Order: sequence, then structure tokens, then C-alpha cells
Amino acid sequence: MRYAYFPGCSLHSTAKEYDLSTKAVAGTLGIELIEIPEWICCGATPAHITMHLLSLALPVKNLLLAKKMDSYEVATCCAACFNRLKVANHFMENDSVHRDKVNEIIGEQYSGEVKVRHFLDILINVFWLKNLSERIIKRLDNLKVACYYGCLLTRPGEVTQFDDVEEPHLMDDLMKILGVEPVDWPYKTECCGASFSLTKTDIVLKLSGDILQMAYDEGAQAIVVACPLCQSNLDLRQAMINKKFKKNFDMPILYFTQLVGLALGIDPLKLGLNKHIVNPLKLIKSVGVL
Amino acid sequence: MKWFISHDTLRSLFQETLEKDCGEKVSHCYQCGKCSAGCPISFQMDYLPNQIMRMVQLGMEDQVLSSRTIWLCASCLTCTVRCPREIDIAEIMDYLRRRAYKKQVIPLEETEIPLFNKIFLRNIELFGRLYEMGLIGMFNLLSGEFFKDFSCAPKMFLKRKIGIFPHRAKNIREIRDIFKRSGKLAHSKKDRLLHPKLLFLNLFRKFIGKIEKLK
Repeated sequence: MRYAYFPGCSLHSTAKEYDLSTKAVAGTLGIELIEIPEWICCGATPAHITMHLLSLALPVKNLLLAKKMDSYEVATCCAACFNRLKVANHFMENDSVHRDKVNEIIGEQYSGEVKVRHFLDILINVFWLKNLSERIIKRLDNLKVACYYGCLLTRPGEVTQFDDVEEPHLMDDLMKILGVEPVDWPYKTECCGASFSLTKTDIVLKLSGDILQMAYDEGAQAIVVACPLCQSNLDLRQAMINKKFKKNFDMPILYFTQLVGLALGIDPLKLGLNKHIVNPLKLIKSVGVL
Repeated sequence: MKWFISHDTLRSLFQETLEKDCGEKVSHCYQCGKCSAGCPISFQMDYLPNQIMRMVQLGMEDQVLSSRTIWLCASCLTCTVRCPREIDIAEIMDYLRRRAYKKQVIPLEETEIPLFNKIFLRNIELFGRLYEMGLIGMFNLLSGEFFKDFSCAPKMFLKRKIGIFPHRAKNIREIRDIFKRSGKLAHSKKDRLLHPKLLFLNLFRKFIGKIEKLK
């Protein structure tokens, strides 16, 4: 299995542990991830708010770079990058007007031939859960988590073609294989405030606070995420949420790759578990993995 | 709230141009309110998403473009996947924001989000990848909240989650070309980051806020 790997800006800075753990898990399982040389930002939310053509041209540039590596499948971990790459592909495949305009901007011909996959999708639908379960060394029993998918991983359904838009279950399936118990909770696809982290911090604190409260009420010991922005809103802002709403949350926010890595017997430091603001090592020790 | 609808707005081309430009049929909306019920940010909005749809149908362009709602939309797409009439409401919000940028009718109460978007894109144009320190520094400087999130900075540095220096892309010229050409094709002019009026307004508002807090 060989993929062109598009980490995205967050995975090189605020979500380094996501990058580390993804590479560690992929290396252990024999999935080859080759980083796209000189990849650029996908434009994220500000691009599609400001200029539609730019928001398509930036992801297409990256997909073309992947195509030049002779790789027709791109793997990405960031939910926002995944969404933007998928949307760009959707337009390039189905909309001839936009296709011509974007090709004119880039100066090359592209019509959506490079496929984009999220790493979660690769683990479950390409590597198969059955094969994964055979490779597990330490089962993570006694751990109860809330799987939080966020907005952009599953929506819009016809573009991402990833999972159910209202009741996704891929991450829950993965957790069950690892021995982790996923709680049944209603906030799986609720919004954390996303890109308002800097501009409208009050909104982010309220929305993220609600998510933490719901996870706590349902008895989760940690929240598992697949998006770097969700993680930073829930993890970095947790102290501020506690202060503002007078709560005592001490909820580690983990990436699904980190839990997979632990179950595969990878050293926690190689998974970047020391990089979280809310320390998850206490919880992991209490579960008996370390 | 009282709205006076006139013949002029009803006969205006607002809805038609919107439907033509973004391919979404606003006229299909029958006001079920599902979008507003699911919207996570509706508690902060001045008009609910379904009200915006109705206002578009009625041709109330000025009110729509100067509303806070279009800027507060987080693009979470909950409304889009739930709409029974299959209207991509998030895409319409995007379109309205682009139109507001073009016509330069940004509401004075919601200057942070448009400013953030501009700085973010300028950042990508300069470095190719996001330079977080630059983004945060520039945003704090221009929005007038100089020390926002200062308490988070030490943790981020200690965990090496944020770099001090930007990444320098080798293909930066190609990236700038993409920006230039997409601007040309979309007939949009490059906007100045530093509007003296805006800067003054932001600082003034922050100052008033501080004084009110002290009281």
C-alpha cells in the first residue's frame, strides 16, 4: 500500500502529535506514506469564503503535485484538508465550467483522477479491521471514550462519501477492535466552533464546552478525534472553558491514531502523547497500558 | 421586527443572480426552519438562516449583505445536509460573503472574521503554508486585542507546537501566480489589509469595552 501523504499545515505545527502517530502507525502496519514534496496550504475555510476559484485551485495544485509522484491516491489526516481536497475533486469531475477555469489558473490539465482518502478510511476500508485486529499486541480494555467526528469529515455526504452524515460509526468500529468502549452519545457531529478559535473565542468556548459536558455526562474518560482543529479547540481551550463556566474538566483529547498506536505496542512518546495540553498519560497509566 | 417590502426589492434581480451564480435554488425554500434548528451558532445570529433564505427570496439585498449572520456561519454544513429541499445553504452563505466583500458592505459589528480571512490568505500567499505566529500576531495587531491568547503561548512553545519562523516554500512564485490569476478570473481586486478607518474603529471599540468593564 503506497500513498502520497498530504499532512496539511496543522500537522506540521499545532497538531504535530497527529503527524507523529499517523506515521508511526502506518510504518508499523506497512502502509507507505510518502509526503508530497512542496505541498501548499489547501486554503481551508478563509479561501472558500473569500474566493471560490482560489479555494478550488489550491487543493488542485496539491493533487497535481501528487499526480507527478505517480501516485493516484492521496492520504490525508486533517478533516478540513480532506474536505477541501474532496470538494475540489468533486468540482473538477462534474463541473466543466469550473474545471476549465481552474485548469486555466493552474496552467495544467486535471479532471479529478487522483483519489483522496482519509487515514481513518484507509485503516478501516483498505487495511481492513480484521487484519488490524490480528496485529494488536495490547488490548486497551477498561477505557471508555466518546468518538467525536466533527463537521467536515462526513459532510456533505455526496462529496466526502465517507460515513453516515448524522450517525457516523467508523471510528466507533475501530475503537471496538482495540478493546476500547465507545459511548453512545448525541454530539458526534456537533460543531466545535472550528475556525472561530481566534476570532470568536466566546462562541468556541460555548460550543466546545457543551461537547465536553455531553461527553462527561455520558461517562467518557476521553474524547477521540480525527481533526486537528477540533483537538485544539477542545484541548487548548479546555482551561479557558473551565474558568469561564466554572467546570472541572480534565478530559484528554486523543487522536484515533494515538490509540491505535498504543494497541500496536508503539512507545507513547513516539505517538506524541506528551504534547497534549491536558495530560493523557495519567489516564493511560490508570487503564494499565503503560 | 417590522420589515417594509417594496415593489423595487421584490422585482430586483438579487435572487436570480444568486441562483445563476452559485447554482442553488433559493426559491425552493418553504421555510420549514430545519436549518435554523440545527445551526450551532444561531444563538448569536441577528437573522436565522431560514430568515436569510426568505430575505433573499424577497430581494432584500442590503439587509442580507449587512447582516451579522453571514459572517457568523461556521461552514459546518449541518443545514446543507438536513435541508429537505436540497438547498446548499452553506454555499449560499459563502456566496453572500463573497458578494459582501466585493461590494465592501461589511457590518461594523463583525469586522474580526473578514479581517481574519484576509490575513490568513495573505499569509498563504506569502509563505505557501500557514505561518501561525504571523497569523496570530497580525490578527492581534490589526483587531486591537494585542494580548489575546497570550496565556496559551508558553504552553504551545514548550510543547513545540508552534514555530517561531515561517516555512519557506520553494515554489512560492507558482503559488503567487495562482492567487493572481484566480483574482483576475473572478474580477476581484486585491483589498488592502490596513484600512485606517477599520483599525481606528477596532481600537476605539476595545477601549470603550475596557472602560465599561472597569465601571
